[in-house]
Amino acid sequence: MRPAHTEDIGSESRLSAAARFLFGVGPLIGLIALCIGGTLLNGDFATLDNAMNVLTRTSFIGIIAVGMTFVIISGGIDLSVGSMAALIAGSMIYMMNALMQGFHGHAVPPLLIIALGVVLALVLGALFGFAHGVLVTKGRIEPFIVTLGTLGIFRALLTWLADGGALTLDNSLVDLYGPVYYASLFGVPVPIWIFLIVAAGGALVLNRTVYGRHVQAIGSSEQVARYAAIRVDRVKIVTYVLLGLCVAVATILYVPRLGSATPTTGLLWELEAIASVVVGGTALKGGEGRVIGTVIGAILLSVINNILNLTSIISVYLNAAVQGAVIILVAVLQRGRR
Amino acid sequence: MNKMLRALGALTLAASAFAAVSSSAHADEKVVLGVAIPTADHGFTGGIVWWANEAKKELEKAHPDLKVIVKTAGTAPEQANQLQDLVTVNKINALVIFPQESASLTQPVAQVKKKGVYVTVVDRGLTDTSAQDAYVAGDNTAFGKIPAEYLAKTLNGKGDIVALRGIPTTLDNERWTAFEGVIKQHPDMKILDAKYANWNRDPAFKVMQDYLTRFKHIDAVWAADDDMMVGVLKAIDQAKRTDIKIVFGGAGSKEAVKRIMDGDKRVQADVSYSPKFIYDAIKLTAEARLKGDKLPPTTIIPSVLITKDNAKQFYFPNSPF
Repeated sequence: MRPAHTEDIGSESRLSAAARFLFGVGPLIGLIALCIGGTLLNGDFATLDNAMNVLTRTSFIGIIAVGMTFVIISGGIDLSVGSMAALIAGSMIYMMNALMQGFHGHAVPPLLIIALGVVLALVLGALFGFAHGVLVTKGRIEPFIVTLGTLGIFRALLTWLADGGALTLDNSLVDLYGPVYYASLFGVPVPIWIFLIVAAGGALVLNRTVYGRHVQAIGSSEQVARYAAIRVDRVKIVTYVLLGLCVAVATILYVPRLGSATPTTGLLWELEAIASVVVGGTALKGGEGRVIGTVIGAILLSVINNILNLTSIISVYLNAAVQGAVIILVAVLQRGRR
Repeated sequence: MNKMLRALGALTLAASAFAAVSSSAHADEKVVLGVAIPTADHGFTGGIVWWANEAKKELEKAHPDLKVIVKTAGTAPEQANQLQDLVTVNKINALVIFPQESASLTQPVAQVKKKGVYVTVVDRGLTDTSAQDAYVAGDNTAFGKIPAEYLAKTLNGKGDIVALRGIPTTLDNERWTAFEGVIKQHPDMKILDAKYANWNRDPAFKVMQDYLTRFKHIDAVWAADDDMMVGVLKAIDQAKRTDIKIVFGGAGSKEAVKRIMDGDKRVQADVSYSPKFIYDAIKLTAEARLKGDKLPPTTIIPSVLITKDNAKQFYFPNSPF
């Protein structure tokens, strides 16, 4: 590959649009097939209520996976997202409960407390992401190692905050904060709207902005990107900050669901998020991928679980095997280009 | 007052220990008690860690010639390594272990016992019982049987039940077999389905949502764990379903016991399986070894039905679980 302007990378992608299309519909075909199968197995699968349930619970992983798409396309990885979500959730609850006791003897209005909790989440997410980015770029440590390290650190901090038990949100706040997860707008639950907005925003940034092209350029060849005067370090740090913010948004939606954070909160979310990205057609080695694919990937993974819960044709001991088989099958469907 | 008494007790003990040292060379042997437990990775093990540290605090204060070393491990191999360290570095002469896994820790524990260490095994039994001196455990059969009997009685032997299971383990199987066994004696009671939710709130929420989509009528839920019960209750509230009369958890967490005390409509009973048994095991072992005694080979800490009448005895607001 020659040192290219970002423009060239853009036109090249138009040339291979047809190939990309074929490669992109694999996961979609998989999802449609699963939905047909699900409906045949249990008529309740195709109800609106069930669809809303599945999409709502997908929204956490989905939002995180959108951020993860950027990191993976740029050639990085983040294993800490599940622990990060747990620590952010725990810190939010911890601070909000403390504020309920009043601040310097003054009572704080509950709505302000929740607003402060949301701000804290976003600040923590951005900070954690920034730390990852700096360690990876300036510290020149493999992202796998950096985030494996913070995976342990974040979860241990939460466990310590919670004394190994559960941090539970004050009851009067639960009622006020609950609608963020449970309420609906035009018949569609709030988390789905947020998921849609994050996904649309992600797709726009990735495909329609200079920044998005830089991310793709760095992933396909970091050396070439450097020659093309792309500020590689800065672009990479921003991908981790974006992911941190996505984790924060997911956590803000997650906290009102159960109103608690425990040492098992967010366990294995990193694998689910990474799997969504890869099943959706983004190459794990970086360079190219698509946000819409990630969204389909995330939905596909939770549909598998949903169908398994709605039926009992297979021994519960084999659930994980079915999941694994479906994931591999979808990968076969989209293997085209590699 | 309590503290003063304890301090006094400690003083007299210290004095008597001192006297004993001067009289006989043998009696000055301190008891160094190693405690090997799983890390706090969910509510129940969080409780285990908390109670183990409580026992350490109280017992070391009461017995100056006792040293308690608490080690937590995330995996079976890590725990096996800790056992070696406890023996060679810390020179323990008594061990209380809550094995990460039954089979893979049997050999390492047998090695410890061979070195002359007194071994008490807690909860998850070893596959070869000759590797242990004493066994202290909760009652897993009662953990499944009591809720089933309670449901049968409250629903008058008739109704549709959905159940949740924990993680595929012998412990979970024991509970499940006991539960199923009782329900089968009532021909009008039906278990619609039972799925795993990892003793965890989030998967329980999802599994329950799907049960609610799938079954239009449910009389009772056996959530089989107080953490899972939290997820189940949230899912029912969200779906605004009113057909579910009882949600039965398990273990007696402070959240669940509080609900019973407050008169929750759906949560009126629970079955105890308190992580406090690690405290009991440490205390029994330490006190027996200080006197040079042995424990009975098996001590079962009974699981009992918690209702509004006796809930107070099971409420420990300071415990994380």
